[in-house]
Amino acid sequence: MYTFSSKLKTFSFILMIVGVLGIGYSFFTAPKDINDVEAILASQHGHHGDAHAEGAEHHDAKDAHVNTAHSEDAHAAAGHDAHDAHGAEAHEAHDEHTHHLKHVLQQLQNKPWAGVYVAALFFMLISLGALAFYAIQNAASAGWSPVLFRVMEGISAYLIPGAVIVFLLLVLGVMGSHHLFVWMDKDVVAHDHLIQGKSGYLNGPFFLIRAALFMGGWIFYRQYARKVSLAQDEASDNLNFKKSFKAAASFLVFFIVSESIMSWDWIMSVDPHWFSTLFGWYVFASFVVSAVTVIAMVTLYLKSQGYLEYVNTSHIHDLAKFMFGFSVFWTYLWFSQFMLIWYADIPEEITYFVTRIEHYNLPFFGMVVMNFVLPVLILVNTDFKRLTWIVVLAGTIILCGHYVDFFNMIMPATVGDQWFIGAGEIGSILFFMGLFIFVVFSAISKAPLLAKRNPLIEESKHFHY
Amino acid sequence: MSSHYEAPIRKPLVIGDKNFHDVTVDVAAPVEGRANKQWWIVFSIALAAFLWGVGCVAYTVGTGIGTWGSNKTVGWAWDITNFVWWVGIGHAGTLISAVLLLFRQKWRMAINRSAEAMTIFSVIQAAMFPVFHMGRPWLAYWVMPVPNQFGSLWVNFNSPLLWDVFAISTYLSVSLVFWWTGLLPDFAMLRDRAVTPFTKRVYSIVSFGWSGRAKDWQRFEEVSLVLAGLATPLVLSVHTIVSFDFATSVIPGWHTTILPPYFVAGAIFSGFAMVNTLLIIMRKVSNLEAYITIQHIELMNIIIMITGSIVGTAYITELFIAWYSGVEYEQYAFLNRATGPYWWSYLLMMTCNVVSPQVMWSKKIRTSIMASFIISIVVNIGMWFERFVIIVTSLHRDYLPSSWTMFQPTFVDAGFFIGTIGFFFVLFLLYSRSFPVIAQAEVKSIMKTSSEKYKKLRDQEGHNNHSHSDNH
Repeated sequence: MYTFSSKLKTFSFILMIVGVLGIGYSFFTAPKDINDVEAILASQHGHHGDAHAEGAEHHDAKDAHVNTAHSEDAHAAAGHDAHDAHGAEAHEAHDEHTHHLKHVLQQLQNKPWAGVYVAALFFMLISLGALAFYAIQNAASAGWSPVLFRVMEGISAYLIPGAVIVFLLLVLGVMGSHHLFVWMDKDVVAHDHLIQGKSGYLNGPFFLIRAALFMGGWIFYRQYARKVSLAQDEASDNLNFKKSFKAAASFLVFFIVSESIMSWDWIMSVDPHWFSTLFGWYVFASFVVSAVTVIAMVTLYLKSQGYLEYVNTSHIHDLAKFMFGFSVFWTYLWFSQFMLIWYADIPEEITYFVTRIEHYNLPFFGMVVMNFVLPVLILVNTDFKRLTWIVVLAGTIILCGHYVDFFNMIMPATVGDQWFIGAGEIGSILFFMGLFIFVVFSAISKAPLLAKRNPLIEESKHFHY
Repeated sequence: MSSHYEAPIRKPLVIGDKNFHDVTVDVAAPVEGRANKQWWIVFSIALAAFLWGVGCVAYTVGTGIGTWGSNKTVGWAWDITNFVWWVGIGHAGTLISAVLLLFRQKWRMAINRSAEAMTIFSVIQAAMFPVFHMGRPWLAYWVMPVPNQFGSLWVNFNSPLLWDVFAISTYLSVSLVFWWTGLLPDFAMLRDRAVTPFTKRVYSIVSFGWSGRAKDWQRFEEVSLVLAGLATPLVLSVHTIVSFDFATSVIPGWHTTILPPYFVAGAIFSGFAMVNTLLIIMRKVSNLEAYITIQHIELMNIIIMITGSIVGTAYITELFIAWYSGVEYEQYAFLNRATGPYWWSYLLMMTCNVVSPQVMWSKKIRTSIMASFIISIVVNIGMWFERFVIIVTSLHRDYLPSSWTMFQPTFVDAGFFIGTIGFFFVLFLLYSRSFPVIAQAEVKSIMKTSSEKYKKLRDQEGHNNHSHSDNH
């Protein structure tokens, strides 16, 4: 039995407290009205050279344009015969300026919400990915992994609080507390024919029903699988093992469908004009590689603490191979989606990547380095895949890279060029990481770490590759 | 690789009271014996179909591509449909060898050799279409980036059709090397058993002097693993590149990002169906039922069911996104598939690919040889129609209604396709009489863990000294 060390528990509480402070700070400092925005934009004149410089320059140009239109010099230069016309023009420019400020205001007000949403989604999907991986191992009758089942079950325990938080965020969106999903805004929809055409699908109640159904299904499988897995420990036959096999197969069918729809709903619909058929599988690749990484890291931690007697370097090697393989798979899907849209260059699709390349250049291409180049170079070596520090190093890069991937999926549509990784984003990561650690290790401490009577456990104990 | 312990719940992969020598004898028997009358009948039919195909190709090249049913709107029809179909079938071979090796699936041992052979033979069929669907096939060498006398006139590397050239040629060569490497110990076995000087000579040449030393085996295993690691991304990328032929275009119904993984899933789906078709016959006529067991067929059926479900999900995704996109051309493309003049082909594709694999959820059906055989053929018909639907229905009605038209194949279209089927079976029939159709060296490596005989022996021992008492 694992006992949740008080050190780790304290650490998780500290993470949560620091995280809450960061999140609170980001909400507190978000602008309240357009005057605040004007002040922020003005202050950005003095802050060049950070990651935000490109966006700031963009605004400088706009501000300069507006100022010129307002100034007396420009008024004189325009000539007296065009006086009336120019007045109208200046007025128009003023309107445009206000419109722009309102736009930036919304982006800045979205920012703390988006920071929380990205982190909440990321950690919940990690636990969902671990559950899917667990189901695959069960359905495939894998002989190597049963000694890791309790670790995977523990990680999947976060699905319950994680899904509840994401669901609350979605409910808040439908209620109008935040504007991450532009299609939930009635004023926007009133002027947008494209979104109107989709409102049969993209509407608050149906959206929440789908979310509740999917999360309910995943949590139901998780609880059931855990129950039969524990029951098998005490059983005298393999009935529970057979049940877990059947449950895993049914869950995987439900999962492939719900996962696709989930990714359209919770991620793709922040850009309601954009669509891509590959998107669901792309999102899957991103979180499943993160999930396998987390499984490997939690396993290594427990092993280092002297638990997990039967886990050897071969098990770690296999997990590292999956990290490697899924990293390549993610890149394959990333490239397929990106290249096909780039190649055909159809205006309604290409805007998605145009905004990312223009405003998110470093995160967009940086994540390809973090999610593909580095993991492949580090994990291609067989001996390296058995070294704890190498797996932890590659795992850290992969997890950071896939956080950035989710960041790139959500932020451009919600905060646009006003992004930066500050107190809100880091606070959210820390908060959810703390919660994740607390929930996962509490769950792991509740059951023996070895699935005792699993018919494949002997194979797994003796596993050597 | 893995330990000798195997869980008691795992069913034996080699059934019957077989020892190592029996494996050798059973695998060598079809090669060492003489062909029977049925073989000659089937071979003659395949050869006739092949020759008919040669005639059709000669007629096309001599007269012109206008002998086909393609027209100004539908420039690609049966040619590319057949090409993608054959390439798709070719995928399961490498998949079984490479992916199943990476996933340490012991059951692959009995089927990998024939699956790889199927790959090679179907890629050869596939490779004919890119050449003979050209208007001027004698200039086909221009697709190669070779220095020349036209001021070094080069190819444009932006075309997926050029990527096809590289993908297919790399795929064929790597598959061939992978296959042949695996054949070395088996050819050596045939060489050592040969009784006539002629066969001795032939198998000496093809076995490259394999003597089976420890060092050789160690390197052999490493090479297999490296090639499997390379072949897996190759499988994915080759069919992905084939899908790029369509997905990079701006044609509604073609331009969709899901095509790469969905084509790959479809390829595995149709490839496994073809392996199933071939092996169900082969295990019977070559008396290999002890090695290609009902469990192998069941596992292949499960893979067909899984990939069929993935393909089904992709179909539904495409339909949903077509509606969701709000693009009227895209919406019409799918409306046209379902209700246009080719509705029957769409219906066939949906029934064969989405409905038929779902019956495999029933254990009774997936362990029935007859049902498996029928469904494996149904799947291949469905997958042919999938490619036909994607290609023809997207082309015959797209942006400008003034260029809407229909497509009607001619006997030359059909003749070429029949010819490739004939050629495939000519090659496969010759293979099954001259190659060891089961990788005996690999099967022998799992005898002690997974054959019925040794499992029984181990059980008896286990009962005697109670080594795994916690499992009782």
